[in-house]
Order: sequence, then structure tokens, then C-alpha cells
Amino acid sequence: MAMPQTKPAPVATTDIAVSARSVSKTYGETEALRDMTIEFPRGQLTSLLGPSGCGKTTLLKIIAGLLEPNSGTIEVNGKPVTGPGEDRAFVFQDFALLPWASVMRNVAFGLELRGVAKSEREAIAAKYIADVGLKGFEKSFPHELSGGMRQRVGLARALSVNADVLLMDEPFSAVDEQTRRKFQEDLLSLVQNENKTFIFVTHSIEEAVYVSDQIALLLPRPSRVSEIIRPSGLRMKDVDNIRRDPEYLDTVDRIWALLRSYVE
Amino acid sequence: MTLYGYRLPAMSSLILWGLLWEAIGQMEVSFFVPPLSEVIVTLFEVVQTSAFQKALWETAYAFLAGVFFSIVIGIPTGILMGKNRLIDELLLPWVNIFLSVPLTALVPVLMVLFGFGMTSIIITTTLFAIWIIILNARVGVMQINRSLVDMARSFGASPWDAFVKIYFWAALPEILGGVRIGIIRAVKGVIIGQLLISIVGFGALFELYSNNFLMSHFWAVLLVLFALAFSISELLAMLERRVAYYAAKR
Ligand SMILES: Nc1ncnc2c1ncn2[C@@H]1O[C@H](COP(=O)(O)OP(=O)(O)OP(=O)(O)O)[C@@H](O)[C@H]1O
Ligand SMILES: [Mg+2]
Repeated sequence: MAMPQTKPAPVATTDIAVSARSVSKTYGETEALRDMTIEFPRGQLTSLLGPSGCGKTTLLKIIAGLLEPNSGTIEVNGKPVTGPGEDRAFVFQDFALLPWASVMRNVAFGLELRGVAKSEREAIAAKYIADVGLKGFEKSFPHELSGGMRQRVGLARALSVNADVLLMDEPFSAVDEQTRRKFQEDLLSLVQNENKTFIFVTHSIEEAVYVSDQIALLLPRPSRVSEIIRPSGLRMKDVDNIRRDPEYLDTVDRIWALLRSYVE
Repeated sequence: MTLYGYRLPAMSSLILWGLLWEAIGQMEVSFFVPPLSEVIVTLFEVVQTSAFQKALWETAYAFLAGVFFSIVIGIPTGILMGKNRLIDELLLPWVNIFLSVPLTALVPVLMVLFGFGMTSIIITTTLFAIWIIILNARVGVMQINRSLVDMARSFGASPWDAFVKIYFWAALPEILGGVRIGIIRAVKGVIIGQLLISIVGFGALFELYSNNFLMSHFWAVLLVLFALAFSISELLAMLERRVAYYAAKR
């Protein structure tokens, strides 16, 4: 039986898309991240898994350039991050859709802000609206859509700017279980088909093991990486069989054993 | 409203009050209250006089200018206050003070500063309308969903983009609410200005009619003013309803 590797041995040979070096962040008195170092291999999906309040969103926002760390550096494609950039796109937990704009305008909004001409950006947006299965809803408004459909809009918006790195903060936590499973499958094929780097925050151990190439377990505040787990055998498997795979079950158990101590 | 199962048209209660007015007028309780029918007949005469049309024009000019300035200055100021702590702390006490002081007491100061003409009337109108517009725009911006701002920034929005594409629209329901109340206050401001600063426009008409005890003329002009203020307010309420669909869902 192939046990998941603990040491991220192949990382040295793969190309690193995003790296965080000794990143620290405090909010006033609260020390959210302390000396956090972590690397995200290109073309792979890395999950950030850890107890609530440990700084996952903080790290994601620092990578996005929305927050400045107190010390340490983030590099994307070898270039230090100084603010938001075209190489990264964010998918928000609460979708962050413009309630006064149609699905079309929402999906094209990233391109609109980047100054792409209207006809061009709407052509691109139309393609991604179709890709996420929302064809026919171009003229609808967010309040007319279900939670799952709204998150598809958020995803289409992030995809349409064609960024190298997708930052996803608990993107599936506000949708129902069936939709969530469908999203997880879609995400797997997205990782496979698009050569993008995904950084994915989740609370769910099962979800992390199901979708990830690499899982970073974070310690409670002040947060550091406690362990990197690579369920490498699972990525070869057919999506329908993953949840029955012994490696899947073992990895879930192992992560639970590691995290349990913090919950108790 | 329904009565014995019949749907009554909107504002039919006004008919009742109108009848009451007519009855009191017919009983000749006081010469201050002529019958409504007489007032309405006078109204049609009055609106055709050149004095009325001149007054309407002078009032509309001062009113529109005052509303224009209070909107154009008020909305950006309110948005800035909502976005920036420092600006907010500097300005908020003043906004609150001016919102609650009896502005009429300030009018003599304005007369000293800006003279007895149109300028002072326009400034009075602006001062009546602007504070509530500022305050509402500020509240609208402060309740904005942070992740919308993060979203815009993450896609590279410049501060100006964020201002016109996020903050303004997110605060629009509150802004329109503030503009509606501000405009109602501007009607007050323009009339008080016309009465206190220089006797022009409707202020002059009121002065003329009441000095000559032309009560039905007086009421006729007042009715016109009420109707104008009411229509403007309804028009804005209609606009507000157009953005209400997202007001609860930001
Ligand atoms: N703007 C802020 N001001 C002050 N403290 C903050 C702020 N944002 C986050 N924190 C604190 O920093 C810590 C990390 O927050 P963060 O949102 O990154 O956690 P998280 O891992 O994303 O949590 P969750 O899983 O619940 O989303 C928390 O203790 C939080 O209270
Ligand atoms: Mg979070």
C-alpha cells in the first residue's frame, strides 16, 4: 500500500510558482502569522488546512497583494509581490459579486478593470460563462441565482482574467453538499486541464485530500506550517474511485489525528 | 387602502381632507380659510399671471442650483468620509452640528457675507440640503461589503475605479434616500431664503398676498408648492425603488 509521502521530495525538481519566505503578520496585538515559509509548485493545487483563525485568509490576502506582511517576502514567478497583479486572481468565500450588475458584467469585471474593450471582454466572459455551465444566465442578476450558481460566476470571473495563480478562500463553503461535490470534481479537471497554480483554503479534511496535490497543515496562531502532505497516488486515480481508495482514507485519518490535538 | 371591499385609489384620504377644508371654508369660520373650491379657482388664475411665472422661475433657479451644489459636493464628501477615518473624524462633528442647528438663524450671517441676492439664497438652499446627503452617503459607504472592495483591488482597480464602480453603486440606495430628504429640505431652504434674504420669488408672492389679505391667492401658491415638493419626492422614491432590489443584498 502506498503511504503518502511526508517529505516533499519532488518539489526540488518541479518549478515553484509561488513562494512565501519568513512571512509574519500581526494585527495590532494579534499575531496571525509567524515566520511562515511555504512553496507552491506550478500547475498543482495546494490546500491550506488548519484550525479556524489560524491565518489562512491572511496568508491568501498577503499572496494576493491585498495585505502587506510585517516582514518576509512573497514571490510569484520569481518576482516579489508588492500589490495585486495580473498574475493572480481571487475567488471569494462570499462570492463578492456586484449585486447591481448582470452575470455578464460580473464575469467580465476583472477584464473591465484591466481596461479590455467591451466587445472583447464580453466575448471572453461568454466563453467562461458557458464553461462553468451558466449559459443562458448572462443577463440574470446575482440575487436571481442560487449560491452554487453565484460561486460559478465568481469562478468564471477569476478564470476569465487568465491569471497563473488562482487563490481560493473556502470557495465551496457556502454551497450545499451536492453542489460542493460537483465543484470538487470540476476543480480536479480544472487543475488537470489548465496549467494554473491553485492555492485553496478549506476547513474540510476530506475536501483537501480529495482535490489536493499537496496539503499544508497549519498550526494555530501564530501560524506556521506544521506539515506538508502529498497524497500523490490519488491524482492518478479516476475521480469516482478516490473516496474509496485506501490512500484517501488513510490520509484523511492521518490528518485528523494531527489536527485533533488542536481541537481538544 | 380598501373600504367595504372596494380598492380606493392612492391618496384618496386627501379627498376627505379636501372636503373637510371646503366645509370649514363654507362655514366662514375664519377669513384665513377660504373654501378649497375658491382656492382652486384662484390657483388657475394665479398660475397664468406673469408674477407667478417669474416667481416660479426665480425659485426653480435657486432651488436647482442649491440642490445641484449639495449633491455634487455632498455625495463625494460623504463617500470620502465613509472611506477615510481621518477625514471622517475631522468633518463628522460639523456635519452633525449643521444637521441639527436651526439654519434659519444662520441666514443673517450669510446675508452679511454674500449680500442680499441670489447667491445667498442658493447658499441657504445648499445648507439646508447638503448635510443629510453627506451623512447618508457616508453611512452607505460604511456598510459596504469589504470583500467587494478587496475583489476590485485584487483585479487591479485604481482608487478612482473603486470610487465610481464600487463605492458609489454600493452606497446608491442610501445616497438616493439622502438626496430625497435633502431635496425636501431644499424646498424649505429656498423659501426661507426668499423670505429672509431678499423678498423675491415665492417669498415675494407670499409677502404680497398676506399683506393684502389675499388668502385664497396665498393658499393657491402654497398648494402649488406642496404639489411640486411632493412630486419631486415621489419621483425620487421611484428611483429609490429601482435600486431597492439590491439594497438588501449587498
Ligand atoms: N482585520 C483584522 N483585524 C484584526 N485581527 C484580524 C483581522 N483579520 C484577521 N484577524 C485575526 O487574525 C487571525 C487570523 O485570521 P484569518 O482570517 O486569517 O484566519 P483564517 O485561518 O482564515 O480563519 P477561518 O478559517 O475562520 O476563516 C484571527 O485570529 C483573526 O481574529
Ligand atoms: Mg478565513
